[in-house]
Amino acid sequence: MTTSQAPLMPAPGDTRRRPLVVMRGVSKMFSSGTLALSDMSLTVEGGEFVSLLGPSGCGKSTALRIIAGLGDVSTGTIDWPSSRINSKGLPEGDISFVFQEPTLMPWQTVFGNVYLPLKLRGVSKSAAREEIMTTLATVGLQDFADAYPRELSGGMKMRVSIARALVTKPKLLLMDEPFAALDEITRQKLNDDVLRLWRETGITVIFVTHSVFESAYLSNRIVVMKARPGRVHADFPLKTSMSRDSHYRTSEDYRQACEKVSNMLLEAIGGEEH
Amino acid sequence: MVETQPALALPKSGFFSRNRETLLRTLIPVCVVICLVLLWQFIITVNSIPQYILPGPLAVANSLYNDWGTLAPALWVTTQITMQALALALIGGVGIAIFLVQSKWIETAFYPITVILQVTPIVAIAPLILIYAPTTQVALLICAFLVAFFPILSNMVQGLKSVDHNLLNLYDLYGASRWQTLLYLKLPSSLPYFMTGLRIGGGLALIAAVVAEFAAGSAGAGSGLAFRLLESQYRLNIPRLFAALVLLSLLGVVIFAITSFISWFFLHRWHESSLKREN
Repeated sequence: MTTSQAPLMPAPGDTRRRPLVVMRGVSKMFSSGTLALSDMSLTVEGGEFVSLLGPSGCGKSTALRIIAGLGDVSTGTIDWPSSRINSKGLPEGDISFVFQEPTLMPWQTVFGNVYLPLKLRGVSKSAAREEIMTTLATVGLQDFADAYPRELSGGMKMRVSIARALVTKPKLLLMDEPFAALDEITRQKLNDDVLRLWRETGITVIFVTHSVFESAYLSNRIVVMKARPGRVHADFPLKTSMSRDSHYRTSEDYRQACEKVSNMLLEAIGGEEH
Repeated sequence: MVETQPALALPKSGFFSRNRETLLRTLIPVCVVICLVLLWQFIITVNSIPQYILPGPLAVANSLYNDWGTLAPALWVTTQITMQALALALIGGVGIAIFLVQSKWIETAFYPITVILQVTPIVAIAPLILIYAPTTQVALLICAFLVAFFPILSNMVQGLKSVDHNLLNLYDLYGASRWQTLLYLKLPSSLPYFMTGLRIGGGLALIAAVVAEFAAGSAGAGSGLAFRLLESQYRLNIPRLFAALVLLSLLGVVIFAITSFISWFFLHRWHESSLKREN
């Protein structure tokens, strides 16, 4: 695993070591006057699995949406040092987003939903078919291409949502508490799936969660955030020599990681009045 | 008749037991209507009520058959006006709805006008429209259109504004153009609302076509069922009045059935309203 303490200077010309996204002093004020995010700086390297962890109202979802280009920053900048930038200041086709809800179009089949990002790029259905079926196979839904979202369970809908996010082969996958509404068993299964996809594709993931256990299980770097106003409290790597699977869940390594993360989170919450 | 029907509905075979509920759902209302018609004929016969006060179902059927030559063209005219008005209302309603939701200011500026058009009683504007319209048929068409288009417009506006915000975010994220967002997201997403508007608008178009014809009081070859109704009343030809009435209800039922079918056809694969709840 790469241990990427944020301000490592990349060697010039070495695109692999260039950070993927750099947030500098980003603040976000809502029109209601709420300061959702205050002076947040974050550098994410390619291939990292970063969890944004914190109590509700700490601005972790806001931060994620700002990275995705949904909503403008009030102050600060976001740079994409290793991507081609389009007219909206976003990296061309490099970001995907998985929302807390599956956010599928109910009038489209599973196939149609996964096809959407390609359709919007003008790829024809026949040209996209193979790509879509391959992506559906990676989330185990190749047999459900013609099903409508209402015929699927909550976990399967989430898989469709993940397949849709992966079909464009993005560099960065943003996940906003994607499994918060699912039951524990489904959630563990999907956590394993996401880890597998991360390992197989080398994609960079920024994962918003309020679960200590989920963040400790998934990520190799954790950013703990504080509320009112939302800001970064701690930013540290999580190293383990073990592969993250069902054995890891019951290991001493995992317990220690959970403890460390939990303490950091308590610190972050403790700093404010309840 | 009443004795034979229940025997059919009994679960004799697998087919009947499976479709027993569907069968009963069809048979019960049909039986009730038949009974009422029989009762109607019975009361007429027993009390020997004269035809010019209340004709019996037999007399009405007779008139339907004998006067078909006058009634059929009238039915055709009314059907045409209703369908044309509905088609225009669909185009106008959806088009104006798309225009209104483009910006908050456009909606603020123009929505009140559409409300004024809607709340003004159609009978009150009909004489005015009659003055400006080149022919009575066009005037009727305009009246029916004005009435039918509002429910389609207001439902469509509601539908276009009720799109899932996360889906809108998703489309933004993938850099969808305004046109793509409208075509692939906003229009399909507002389909259930559109269907509600269509069903209401279909019924209203017929009502408006009849009311407008009453107001216009047109006569001659191109007149619709409403005129035939009035004419029958003047001539005290009550059976024919009833026959015209029957045709109007039938037309209404057919429009309702068609719009319901269209709604079912487009929504049954995915929308909750068309799904059977199973617990």
